[in-house]
Amino acid sequence: MIKTQTAEGGTQKAIGLLPTVYCLLLILGGCLALQAGPVQAADINPVRYVAPNGLTVLVLEQHALPIVQVHALVKTGSVQDPPGKAGLANLVANLLDEGTATRSATQLAEQIEFVGGQMAVKSGDDFTTASVKVLKKDQDLGLELLADILLRPSFPEKELRRVRSQILGEMQSEQDDPGTIAAKAFNQLVFDGHPYRWPVNGTEATLATVTRKDVQQFYSHEYLPNQTILAVVGDITADQAKALVAKHFGAWKRGVSPPRVMTPPAPLAKPVVKLIQKELSQATIMLGHLGVSRNNPDYYAITVMNYILGAGGFSSRLMNSIRDNQGLAYGVGSMFDPNLMPGSFMVSLQTRNETANQAIAGVLAELNGIRDAPVTDEELADAKAYLMGSFPLRLDTTGKLAEVLSQVEFYGLGMDYFTSYPSWIETVSKEDVLRVAKQYLNPTNYALVVVANQTKAQVKPTANATVAK
Amino acid sequence: MIHGCRPHRALASALIALLLLPAWPSSARSAETKEYVLANGLKVLLVESPKAPVVTVQIWYKVGSRNEIMGRAGLSHMLEHMMFKGTPKYGKGLFSKIIRKNGGNDNAFTGQDFTGYFENLAADRTELALELEADRLRGLLLDDKEFQLEREVVKEERRLRTEDDPQSFLAESLFAQAFLMHPYHWPIIGWFPDLNAMTREDLKQHYDTYYVPNNATLVVVGDIKSEVLLPTITRLFEPIPAKPLPAAQIVAEPEQRGERRIVVKRDAQLPTIMAGYRVPNFKDEDAYALTVLESILSHGKSARLYQSLVYEQKKALAVGAEYNLLATDPELFYCFVMVKPGQKVEDVEQALYKEIAKLQAAPPSAKELERAKNQVEAEYIFGQDSNFRQAMLLAQAETVGAGWRQVDQFVERLRRVTAADVQRVAKRYLVQDARTVGILIPTPTPPAAPAPAPTLMSEAR
Repeated sequence: MIKTQTAEGGTQKAIGLLPTVYCLLLILGGCLALQAGPVQAADINPVRYVAPNGLTVLVLEQHALPIVQVHALVKTGSVQDPPGKAGLANLVANLLDEGTATRSATQLAEQIEFVGGQMAVKSGDDFTTASVKVLKKDQDLGLELLADILLRPSFPEKELRRVRSQILGEMQSEQDDPGTIAAKAFNQLVFDGHPYRWPVNGTEATLATVTRKDVQQFYSHEYLPNQTILAVVGDITADQAKALVAKHFGAWKRGVSPPRVMTPPAPLAKPVVKLIQKELSQATIMLGHLGVSRNNPDYYAITVMNYILGAGGFSSRLMNSIRDNQGLAYGVGSMFDPNLMPGSFMVSLQTRNETANQAIAGVLAELNGIRDAPVTDEELADAKAYLMGSFPLRLDTTGKLAEVLSQVEFYGLGMDYFTSYPSWIETVSKEDVLRVAKQYLNPTNYALVVVANQTKAQVKPTANATVAK
Repeated sequence: MIHGCRPHRALASALIALLLLPAWPSSARSAETKEYVLANGLKVLLVESPKAPVVTVQIWYKVGSRNEIMGRAGLSHMLEHMMFKGTPKYGKGLFSKIIRKNGGNDNAFTGQDFTGYFENLAADRTELALELEADRLRGLLLDDKEFQLEREVVKEERRLRTEDDPQSFLAESLFAQAFLMHPYHWPIIGWFPDLNAMTREDLKQHYDTYYVPNNATLVVVGDIKSEVLLPTITRLFEPIPAKPLPAAQIVAEPEQRGERRIVVKRDAQLPTIMAGYRVPNFKDEDAYALTVLESILSHGKSARLYQSLVYEQKKALAVGAEYNLLATDPELFYCFVMVKPGQKVEDVEQALYKEIAKLQAAPPSAKELERAKNQVEAEYIFGQDSNFRQAMLLAQAETVGAGWRQVDQFVERLRRVTAADVQRVAKRYLVQDARTVGILIPTPTPPAAPAPAPTLMSEAR
């Protein structure tokens, strides 16, 4: 479920209108969210409580800077889009800050921006987040505005029409990004028949059918305090946070938690290939299949294995082979995208059209390689050292802390996650790595998407592959 | 989960987010910057920020595409890639491998005015990063075989970022028009013929010339103690000899006499409009009013360009204005608009100029001015939350010649900007005669080449 490659910071690639600063490497990053190593347990010790209306609250005091970050995670996303209404959850999320019972879209923007604060909403497959970042002096206002958009969005008809046309326009503009085109096609193949196959923002056809009533219904069924995790991190005491949460979120009425169907996607029975023609100088290649859920007991062994395969930056086998030894690509990496239900495993890269087949062969060789023989002692030790040692870097800003805390709660990892993680990584053995490579990588039944000038690329799928239209 | 980005993603304007420098600071920073200059001229900036047990180590060289010559554009960036290809002590690839196995992340970046390298890692591994950076400051192998391979990697990078990205492609053409003589004319990554013509000797000469301690700034921000770290830095870096730098021969770009327009036609979905205005950099006091102007135009959904072009008129998918005063030489203040489907490019372009004209006709309101200042100030405090961003800011200010101390004076200068100043700089600089406009016109997708029948397929569905 990948949209585009990300820079090392794990953020979205922005459109390039400046004389871009070039960096050595773009990494497929941030996807094994919560991967990482040891941490000083004493440092991450949030206060956790459940408010009377069912809202789960986590407070972590960080007094180094006068900043307060509040992150609300609502347990709903595009996976709850009704049939034929792909994009509804995303539209609802995008309308939260476009008008409430007492504030217009412009008033909301003016109020938060006047104090230099930032408010953002992000929608995903399994969950949606709304967050606010303000200076300490503005913490009351920050929580008030966040509560306002979550508790009292009014979904004005005119804003709905505008935001929808905006999303449709952006959908069109996404067709200029080979990575997005490839990812959308890849998800369709890997999650065939499952809700994960749809883009979060939906499609032109499905979005057109969404009405204001759909939006209001989705909101009233899904946006409930008992379906929400609120992480408060920064220069605020637990008592202050508790009082402010009660003041602003206390009126939110508990509701009946919506039923959840958790049918996992089915694995591919045979290889499937999709070739997409576009006038490009490079072929964008995505190769992979179904992955694992975040709660898979093998998650940590998979993390180590995937680091060695293709998530370890310049230390990874894919990078060594495809970039450093063959000069075929600027960026190449592999990732497991763990969701509530199994997400995807994918390798992605870009190479000039003419070398597409060579690069695909190189990827398959590495998938086979890590399944055929144990990794070396050095590879295992290096991977573990990185995963354990880099953990503090994943928690070194209030924003990262708020996000990780809410996800630890969402996936039910338990707050001892922060102290237990190193031992989970430490115990992974060479045998475990080999076992999970054999079990979770499939160099035979995979989905392959190539967006390229197909005349030049001349991709040769394997003999038994289905070619998807 | 990466999937769920907000549709407004395109608003995030320009740089890879990783390298988005905070708008220049404002309030007095909480942590003090300590400056040292080693005997060989290496500038060292240390900031003690003990909020997490981590550090960022960054070394910036005052060399970028600005220091290149016609026909060898992209040399600095290529050299940056080669810096990971080994020294006699640490062979090919070992730099990153060692950092990684110590739980760290490393990378590098090249701009018009600088080349920077960084390691983010646990505070108790600071010395390791310093040792590795000191090692590659001298004696880089620059193996020719490795260079030949890496040239192909960089060409792939160019294809990825520029050739196959319509907006980047447009921006590159625009800069080539806006700067006719000054080296901001050519792209940081270089053009293909330059990449093809480049030799190992070019790289060696570039490295020997610019990778000297007296041309570098070392910044460490994080859980450190300066008095403990400084002797280590001195021990590792001071033995590297200083070397005189060549006299700068960079020509100033002459005054622009009249609007320049370029059109790029290519396979793309939607038109994009860019308008770049020649403006001064940090050396001119007007830089502060321009910073406020940028904020009033483009920071957030309450800013003028969004309110007008996106929200009210619904003519644009995304709008923005960008101004970076931390450039070595005067650069561009530019605006961009991604045109909404069904809108006429000419109308949208005029709508953009109309917003600029409003700021020339009347000063911004007191509330707008205050908001802009509050935003810049808050962004600066938020920026301190990240050691990495803090180090980037100090290093960039130092590298482009502004000096890191100006970071601390910025608030005061920014707070002095008046509504009349904003109107004055809008009138003085955002004028048609100093403007270069670039328009991306999508061409119809060429008729699909006969679908190459995949040779080994069995069935279709």
